[in-house]
Amino acid sequence: MGVESVSKSFRLPQEAVHTLKERVLHPFRRPGFDKLDALHDVSFEVETGEFFGIVGRNGSGKSTLLKCLAGIYAVDDGEIRLRGRLAPFIELGVGFNPEMTAHENVLLNAVMLGLTPREARRRYDTIIEFAELEEFTELKLKNYSSGMHVRLAFSVMLQVDADVLLIDEVLAVGDASFQQKCFDQFTRLSRERKTIIFVTHDMASVRRYCDRAMLLERGHVIDIADPEGISRSYNELNFGRIRVGKDGVKRKAGPGGSAEITLAWIENAAGERVGASAQGDPCVVAFEVKVNEELKEPVLSIAVLDEARNLVFSTYEDRPGTFAAGSTVVVRLRFENWLAAGRYTFTAGVARSGPGADMIDIRKDITSVVVHTTRPAGGAVNLPHEFSVSR
Amino acid sequence: MSSVEIPAYRMRGPSAFGGGARRFLNLAVLLAVTEYRLRFFDSALGYLWTLIRPLLLFGILYFVFSSVLEVDAGVEHYGVLLLMGMVLFWFFAEATGGAVTAVLDRENLVRKVHFPRIIIPLSVNLTALLNLIGNFVAVMVFIWAAGIDFRWTWLQVPFLVGGLFVFALGLAMLLSALYVPFRDIRPLWEVILQALFYATPVLYPIELLAKEYPEISKIVMLNPLAAAIQQMRHAFVGDDSQSAAFALGNGELLLVPVAITGLTFLLGLWVFNRMAPRIAEEL
Repeated sequence: MGVESVSKSFRLPQEAVHTLKERVLHPFRRPGFDKLDALHDVSFEVETGEFFGIVGRNGSGKSTLLKCLAGIYAVDDGEIRLRGRLAPFIELGVGFNPEMTAHENVLLNAVMLGLTPREARRRYDTIIEFAELEEFTELKLKNYSSGMHVRLAFSVMLQVDADVLLIDEVLAVGDASFQQKCFDQFTRLSRERKTIIFVTHDMASVRRYCDRAMLLERGHVIDIADPEGISRSYNELNFGRIRVGKDGVKRKAGPGGSAEITLAWIENAAGERVGASAQGDPCVVAFEVKVNEELKEPVLSIAVLDEARNLVFSTYEDRPGTFAAGSTVVVRLRFENWLAAGRYTFTAGVARSGPGADMIDIRKDITSVVVHTTRPAGGAVNLPHEFSVSR
Repeated sequence: MSSVEIPAYRMRGPSAFGGGARRFLNLAVLLAVTEYRLRFFDSALGYLWTLIRPLLLFGILYFVFSSVLEVDAGVEHYGVLLLMGMVLFWFFAEATGGAVTAVLDRENLVRKVHFPRIIIPLSVNLTALLNLIGNFVAVMVFIWAAGIDFRWTWLQVPFLVGGLFVFALGLAMLLSALYVPFRDIRPLWEVILQALFYATPVLYPIELLAKEYPEISKIVMLNPLAAAIQQMRHAFVGDDSQSAAFALGNGELLLVPVAITGLTFLLGLWVFNRMAPRIAEEL
């Protein structure tokens, strides 16, 4: 898929002129429009079989771009070329009707997404099986939990015959085991040389899934790079270290504090960067600190939060030494992962030692991990344990 | 990179048509049937309502007009003629009135799925057509009860309904596209429908109007809706009800409602086609 200098702007009426009366009262007044440049000269190429992420903050134009790619919006300028069949939708579960049963919704949705009715009936069992909803096919969708809803929608999507899939923010849903399944399916799709273009603002999913990603801000392409490079740029953008003017010119907003956390990731025991970790295995949280001024005996901290934003665990390293200006420090925390299954986010911090929390830099939710287990148990953690039963 | 050379093609934006004839038909029919099914969904009698409801409604109308008010206007089979007019007018009102807000009601689909936009007004008309068929079965019960026998002119029915369908579809396309920028369309069309109801020989036989005001009755008959209803009545009961050509006084004048139908359809198509590419962003 190739995108060449695509631009798109919307006309925002300064005052909504929606009624005839207003037209009659002011027949010669052209309603004023503010022009909003949603996309400005966007160009990129996506290879066949690639998992390509489009990231950006709210209002950066990423969803607009996806709609242009899907052919829902017409572009003002530029050209979009593609090879193969494009999935015609950008969101899962479009057109699901809460009043109808899962069975009927699957058949309806599958046709909406491009299957013929006969194909939809033929693949129905596969869809239900993947969603693990065999017992609930005759239940109305309004009685479904949001997790079941998403599983169903995702399963339908997997059955759509398309070479290019466009997806808008959906992957961070479902429980850990379903996330694992989704991940496996994405791997399968990329083996089958399907192209996936995926919009998000969750850096953890970018790192987990994408081969490459693109960062958008105010409709301009800031960066196209591997997931790590993009995570770094995104962090810089978010913490105001890059500013983008209306003209799309990128400016470094001067050095940050005396040290900045630039990136964080999760590793497994073998030192490979991962997005998921099995319960009981060693797990490593790592973050990178760029030292701008000499850093004497800082306090490095990491906190772990669960999905309900409860603090599960936090720890710190006091007085690890002194680091010269201009150096890059990688901090690793290794722990045996006895967390209960679920999604956890990490917060990393650098502070000056001494009384009082003199934070130099703190990054909330800088990375995340999905913990999965084969033997679910209750509670926030599943400590290593042993039963003894005696009579 | 790709080993199999599939020719690259240029992505085109949203349009009224496009996307392949099969998908077009599948989607239009599916949306129409779904909408139709949802109407009586979950009721104890289910689909039986599509027959029971018109039977009961027609029974009431029949009783009120021919037994209580006794406005049979001196016309044979007044009750059946009344039902015939009602059924066709309901179809027209549902197809056009339902189409007005149709694009906006399906905002979710329009903004998130790439599909030929014209499916929206088309599916509204198809749903109305399904309803018409259900209602017609009920009318046949009354026709049978009135002792009207089959005659070959009944074969005109599909063509008359087809013509009315084209007329209604033209208006549906026009209204659903115009409603997006002009929200006045909805109240305006409600008023127009009400006016059309009385300007069309539904409650009254055209003969009654022709007796008092022959000129006005001819103007009334130029309306494609009136022509379709009148011809339908004639097709069913024969000379007890005037044919559209007879009511117009001149067979060649029949070209006027036909031309109005064709022009309305083309206008609707043209307007919808022009607005389709931008409709998603102007909702």
